[in-house]
Amino acid sequence: MQNYELMVIFTPVLSEEDYRSAQKKFASLVTDNSGEVLHEKPWGLKSLAYPIQKKTTGLYWVMEYKAPSDFNEKLKIQLLRDESVLRHMFTALDKYAVEYNAKKKSGVNSRTEKAEA
Amino acid sequence: MAKPNEIKYLTAVKAEKRPKKYCRFKKMGIRYIDYKDGDFLKKFLNEQGKLLPRRLTGNSLKFQRKVGDAVKKARQMAILPYVTDLMK
Repeated sequence: MQNYELMVIFTPVLSEEDYRSAQKKFASLVTDNSGEVLHEKPWGLKSLAYPIQKKTTGLYWVMEYKAPSDFNEKLKIQLLRDESVLRHMFTALDKYAVEYNAKKKSGVNSRTEKAEA
Repeated sequence: MAKPNEIKYLTAVKAEKRPKKYCRFKKMGIRYIDYKDGDFLKKFLNEQGKLLPRRLTGNSLKFQRKVGDAVKKARQMAILPYVTDLMK
């Protein structure tokens, strides 16, 4: 079991309801495969830095989860199959990343200002 | 006899010393660089969206590599552009 982070960009044409049900679909896929969802964060509509499939905006969604290492392949197939997904990315989190995410969740994140000094 | 402030040197005396560069991640104890934070990563890019060299940022090799990885991830997910003009 390792911690992973999944970031997905959905098409902006998705309705609020579809957006939520799509999130639910992938989150339930994790729990069904003996994984555990640690954190979910929908970013909502965000403009892309460059167009993807001729779309200039996208619905972002970030999920942190714990799952066996062979599960990502299964999830990847589902993501590629889904037409509403513009792009997705998995990140394997090391211990510092887990620490950072835990800190961010609890809301004591002043990292950006700290680094400026 | 010349006064001390009138003495002229043959070679120019070096003006004030530049402050030493340092790795901000080491100094601040940051150990993970988040690819989701686009505004933070922009500090390590030039106006065209290219990575700044270590020579300018002062990052240690370890963290310069991590910055590079984070920027590349952010570019894949359209948080940062691959190429642009006048980003700042």
